Amino acid sequence: MMKGTAVTGAGTDTVLSLRGICKRFGAVAALTDIELDVAAGEVVAIVGDNGAGKSTLVKVLSGVYAPDAGKIFLHGEEESLGSPALAHARGIATVFQDLALCENLDVKANLFLGQEIRPWLLDDVAMEKRSWELLRQLSAKIPSLSVPVAALSGGQRQTVAIARSLLSNPKIILLDEPTAALGVAQTAEVLNLVERLKQNGLGVVMISHNMEDVRAVADRVAVLRLGRNNGVYDVEDVSSEEIIAAITGATDNAVSRRAARRVTSPQEEREEL
Amino acid sequence: MTPPDTSVARVTELQDERLVTPQGITDSIRASVRRVRDGDLGMLPVVGGIVVIWTIFQSLNQTFLSSTNLVNLTFDMVPVGVLALGVVCALLVGQIDLSVGSVSGVSAAITAVIMVKHEQSMWLAVLAAVAAGCLIGWLYGQILNRVGVPSFVVTLGGLLAFLGVQLWLLRGQNAINLPYDSTLVKFAQLWFVPAWMAYTLAVAAAGGFLANGWVRARTRRDAGLSSSSLQWLLMQALLLLTGLLLAVFYLNRTRGVAWMFVFFVALVLVMNYVLTRTKFGRSLYAVGGNAEASRRAGINVRGVYTSAFVMCSALAALGGILAASRLAAANQSTGTGDVNLNAIAAAVIGGTSLFGGRGSAFAALLGVLVIQSISSGLTLLNLDSSYRFMITGAVLLIAVGLDSVARRSRQAHGRG
Repeated sequence: MMKGTAVTGAGTDTVLSLRGICKRFGAVAALTDIELDVAAGEVVAIVGDNGAGKSTLVKVLSGVYAPDAGKIFLHGEEESLGSPALAHARGIATVFQDLALCENLDVKANLFLGQEIRPWLLDDVAMEKRSWELLRQLSAKIPSLSVPVAALSGGQRQTVAIARSLLSNPKIILLDEPTAALGVAQTAEVLNLVERLKQNGLGVVMISHNMEDVRAVADRVAVLRLGRNNGVYDVEDVSSEEIIAAITGATDNAVSRRAARRVTSPQEEREEL
Repeated sequence: MTPPDTSVARVTELQDERLVTPQGITDSIRASVRRVRDGDLGMLPVVGGIVVIWTIFQSLNQTFLSSTNLVNLTFDMVPVGVLALGVVCALLVGQIDLSVGSVSGVSAAITAVIMVKHEQSMWLAVLAAVAAGCLIGWLYGQILNRVGVPSFVVTLGGLLAFLGVQLWLLRGQNAINLPYDSTLVKFAQLWFVPAWMAYTLAVAAAGGFLANGWVRARTRRDAGLSSSSLQWLLMQALLLLTGLLLAVFYLNRTRGVAWMFVFFVALVLVMNYVLTRTKFGRSLYAVGGNAEASRRAGINVRGVYTSAFVMCSALAALGGILAASRLAAANQSTGTGDVNLNAIAAAVIGGTSLFGGRGSAFAALLGVLVIQSISSGLTLLNLDSSYRFMITGAVLLIAVGLDSVARRSRQAHGRG
């Protein structure tokens, strides 16, 4: 069993390290030699094009898929995440893109779904108290716990889903496209939430398509391209263009050409053709 | 803008300044009225429906609300009511059981065959019939889970197949009569709660309601959460007590409160406890609301489906035994005809959603009261069953229509 900083290249407060993770589906190599480190109180964004392997990586981390090769270290110790329940027990909580809430149940029933207190005489009072603690911790804006989730806005639902994943005091939280379906104000609320998770000392892995969101909250950006690492950047000293270049694999791509077209005059463009 | 009131420390859940906090009894009443106006009708439409139906029939026939007829009503509603209670379980998980009538017929036949033909003890017969019900439910669950045939089709097959089993069990005979001195028949025709005990039960029920509410309010207060005011609770308990005492008094003017009816109410209360206060009950609602989310939350969805069908079929079997006892015979038409659809209609009229995730045990009680009142009233008017079907159909449509309108209003007012 490896101890402490035995994982090469990882810092002392690293909670999660991936080394050489590979995953194949038939002839397709979805992930090849993925390396990733997440420290406590750090937000790592994973970006990449469609088919870059982001979702596969999340599923490997949440225990849905077992990797074909490679090692996962939690607090420097090698672990295998055989099932979602095992990953959860090891302190990795996942908020899936579709949130997985029961709209007919109220907020506190959703928070405690599957882990109710006192199975034979539900302790509503204890559950409600704990629910409020969790939501306060996230400074969540949910006025009442007795409304069904169907009555909440998208951002509020995202908050409930995140709060639920925090119920078991995880060390790492995986957010799969947390802002994809949200409006401007709700996106801001969720980003506040991510910052609060970070302040509470959790390692956050956030998958996102949205460069602005990534730049707003992430400390580091890990770029995936065609199932491989294509660079890890500190957000502070990288431009959006550089990230996009890494995502698409070249400085000459559809996005940069489009940007260039706006600067150059139409005539020049015609000459180019 | 008025400055925030800092003199009163607000309880945990009401710290959000956007919330309007009810204080005292008038605010509690006002909050209830607002809930109804927003479309959160609860049991109100069914209770209102019962009042309307009873008023109409009473004005058409003076004997409808007589003590004698109401005593009969309390007997007659039980078999279908037990079936409806089972249907609520299946509907809650978003499935349906169309075969409750046939299953009740099979169970009645099993009871009669074991008791009369084989002259075994009554308890063995009852046990065998309920066990057969459990087995049928388990079978439905397995077919749904493993083969993936929708419950609508599985139970439609069951409807036909078990009707066949019932006819096969009774082959050569139109009916098997149960002996009049058997406990089952006495229970379903003759046994009444003694007057003093009926009044004691009524007081105990109201006292239990009050104690339960008071303990809950106190634990909530101790935990720093809001609680309903004691006055409001007292008023509700007092209303309940008055209602129950009046009902007992009125029924006691003739034969009294039937043990069979008390048994049914007890069954409803047990089911209410299971649905609202246990983890299992919560998982029924969760699976009915979103099966995939429940699976990810660690709920054994297949197990929940199977247990819902086992509960449904076991209750159908119990209802069949009670129907046979009520008639003192198991015949080829027990559980056929409109029994099936009446049971499903009762559950739906009581407010159970056909799409899963919404409903309660009391839905079965109130729904069957509506169905049976219509049936009883039309019988008194000497109208044949053609009118009964048409009127029951119209009531079902009105009930579901009202529910749909209320749901739209609930959504508009942010109550889900």
